[in-house]
Amino acid sequence: MSDTLPTPDQKLPDDHYLNATYGSGRSIRSWLLTTDHKRIALLYLCTVTVFFFIGGVFATMIRIHLLTPGGTLVTPETYNKLFTMHGVAMIFFFLIPSIPAVLGNFLIPMMIGAKDLAFPKINLLSWYIYVIGGCFVLYSFGTGGLDTGWTFYTPLSSVYSNSAVTPAVIGIFINGFSSILTGLNFIVTIHTMRAPGMTWFRLPLFVWAHYATSMVMILGTPVVAITLLLAGLERMFHLGFFNPALGGDPILFQHLFWFYSHPAVYIMVLPAMGVVSEIIPTFARKPIFGYSFIAGSSIAIAVIGFLVWAHHMFVTGQSTYAALTFSFLSYLVAIPSAVKVFNWTSTLYKGSISWDPPMIYALGFIGLFVIGGLTGLFLACLGLDIHVHDTYFVVAHFHYIMVGGAVMGYVGGLHFWWPKITGRLYPEALARAAAVVLFIGFNLTFFPQFILGYLGMPRRYHTYPPEFQVLNVLSSAGASILALGYLLPMIYFAWSMRYGKVAGPNPWPATGLEWKTASPPPTENFEVTPEVTWEPYDYNNRPDLGLSAGTPSPAPAHGDD
Amino acid sequence: MHRTGELYGHFETLEQQKESATLGMWIFLVTEVLFFGGLFMTYTINRRAFSTAFGIGSNTLDITLGAGNTVVLIMSSLTMAMAVWSAQVGKKKWVSGFLIATLALGTVFLGVKAVEYKQKYDHHLIPGHGFDMRYRSAHPTAGDDLKELAREKKEVETAIKSDPDINYHGQLYFSLYFGMTGLHALHMIVGAGLLLWLIKGSFAGRYTPQYNTPVEIVGLYWHFVDIVWIYLFPLLYLIDRHH
Repeated sequence: MSDTLPTPDQKLPDDHYLNATYGSGRSIRSWLLTTDHKRIALLYLCTVTVFFFIGGVFATMIRIHLLTPGGTLVTPETYNKLFTMHGVAMIFFFLIPSIPAVLGNFLIPMMIGAKDLAFPKINLLSWYIYVIGGCFVLYSFGTGGLDTGWTFYTPLSSVYSNSAVTPAVIGIFINGFSSILTGLNFIVTIHTMRAPGMTWFRLPLFVWAHYATSMVMILGTPVVAITLLLAGLERMFHLGFFNPALGGDPILFQHLFWFYSHPAVYIMVLPAMGVVSEIIPTFARKPIFGYSFIAGSSIAIAVIGFLVWAHHMFVTGQSTYAALTFSFLSYLVAIPSAVKVFNWTSTLYKGSISWDPPMIYALGFIGLFVIGGLTGLFLACLGLDIHVHDTYFVVAHFHYIMVGGAVMGYVGGLHFWWPKITGRLYPEALARAAAVVLFIGFNLTFFPQFILGYLGMPRRYHTYPPEFQVLNVLSSAGASILALGYLLPMIYFAWSMRYGKVAGPNPWPATGLEWKTASPPPTENFEVTPEVTWEPYDYNNRPDLGLSAGTPSPAPAHGDD
Repeated sequence: MHRTGELYGHFETLEQQKESATLGMWIFLVTEVLFFGGLFMTYTINRRAFSTAFGIGSNTLDITLGAGNTVVLIMSSLTMAMAVWSAQVGKKKWVSGFLIATLALGTVFLGVKAVEYKQKYDHHLIPGHGFDMRYRSAHPTAGDDLKELAREKKEVETAIKSDPDINYHGQLYFSLYFGMTGLHALHMIVGAGLLLWLIKGSFAGRYTPQYNTPVEIVGLYWHFVDIVWIYLFPLLYLIDRHH
């Protein structure tokens, strides 16, 4: 940090998408009726952050309640509502939209050299659908809450629960269409809107990751939509699809539900992997190792991810042959993920590593994703799953991937592209410290949960035997540190928008097309439609960016020089 | 996004715009396949488990109205395709005419569905409180074929012997009947709205050989809705009809 050159001074462009006047000057209207993908990305940024807070509040209450074995913060019924609402808010309204709707919306047109997505008005509609779905769910939270678990298993959700299930199910149903339309928009855009010279194998891996994610969004989400619709109709009109008392089958619900909800976790992690694939080459100053394998592995994960859903149902009495098949396929889906991890680490080998905040998040992702992914294999092993199913082992596993993986990818991506989005840098030393705080807090929160689960502490229980208290207290303490790790970036990001050092077009510098335009970009992204004649991640041969083999490459810019 | 003529500003050429719109509609139809697919899966599993009840339920549907509606919908797909063709060869008046014919046929379909739903209501076959598969044969009304009703009564009684919970399982059949045809009807209403919008544009002379993408992609949507019905008709109306 102290032995690199100070960042040269830059100037903000005069006109860009943030201060663009659409006829009658800056106004709320020009934001709420925008069709500019960059503004829509920021609208999403605001709303997903709101839901992140809401989910976080519920998590805080859970961890405080679990400080003591007796559990005296809330009643058992309220505890059920806390973990349910935490899951619903975080999964459907934070994790699934986060990277695609914020970073994907902002960057994909720029990365392919287009002026906007294929369907800008549908993009805005996606955001409004998300907001309306969110309102239904908030109404549910506010009028009695939800106590069925985010998985809505029947007949508890469709018959017996006394909580506000119907508005929640309607809200999630509506929100699904936001996801579907975003996925549709991305696929068409990537097919038809690429600039001249931007062939498929010159696309950034972030774009490949989002293409695979969009495939999952459009194929999986309609199934959960119809499933929740059926469960909601069952609740409203006393039908009997999933209610054994009326001839229905609760396991049918589980199959239909998990057919989407397993691929959904790939919707959450594939974009984060795309972010990591962008950050690593930039801060290792090297072309990525195995580009086509990383691109192909994204598609492979999307495809195989549709074939593993019943590994959530090993204890439901399915046939041994079905269980064997799903277990085998679950092992298979780990292979393309491992391919990525090996390619990322091979990229680091003999690279010129700089420890900028995005890089810390990306490296943290790799480590935590490996732990989360390997423990997934533990769960895919039939005998072992019988022991740890429905325990904190599962909870730790998915938090390692969803928080240690996807959220770190999201926060790291925000750090990487913040200069492009706002034109400003944030204080580097503070950002590095925050990344480390987050990493430590995360591990302290969730590693004890692996042990708790293996020792037998069930999930979704409001009490536990006294011998588990130490580990629970460690976990709750970690959660407070983790919260600090999230708060710090919110503070310095907000600070940077007014007082941050001006970033210039390409502060890192990185090789993507998005870095060849001003920061913040003009509304139409590029003054002239670019023509691409270079290969991606070519850190050895991009003289237009000051990157060529033999000459020393520029140091990444620092926000606190 | 601003528009010059028919070209929206974020596209480079009309060709790119047409390619995007068409690909977008095809992908949307794929999502619709998955959406209806969940219902078809539920239908398959329930029919396998409760084939007797499904057979009885299916026999209460009016096969004449169902088959008639199928013909009406296929005809509407023909008129829709003719509307697309008319736009492509520049026969603007025919575009409006064929679109109006498609809308008319679609409305006939929906009207017949309304008649059928009312019949189900009268015969106590709406799932929920009051559902009773034995009601119709026990309460004949003027104009009913009494031999037909007696046969139906016998059929239901034979079924109850092998399936004492026939009313529960019959409700599953009718839930699926209303769910699947209802969702289909909802899609047709949306289609009708799209047709109205197209008709408005066609009166303004908007659709030419150079620009007719909206007609083409609404055509794709309409054909999809038709194909869903082609599956629904045999699956719902034609179970156990061998007499």
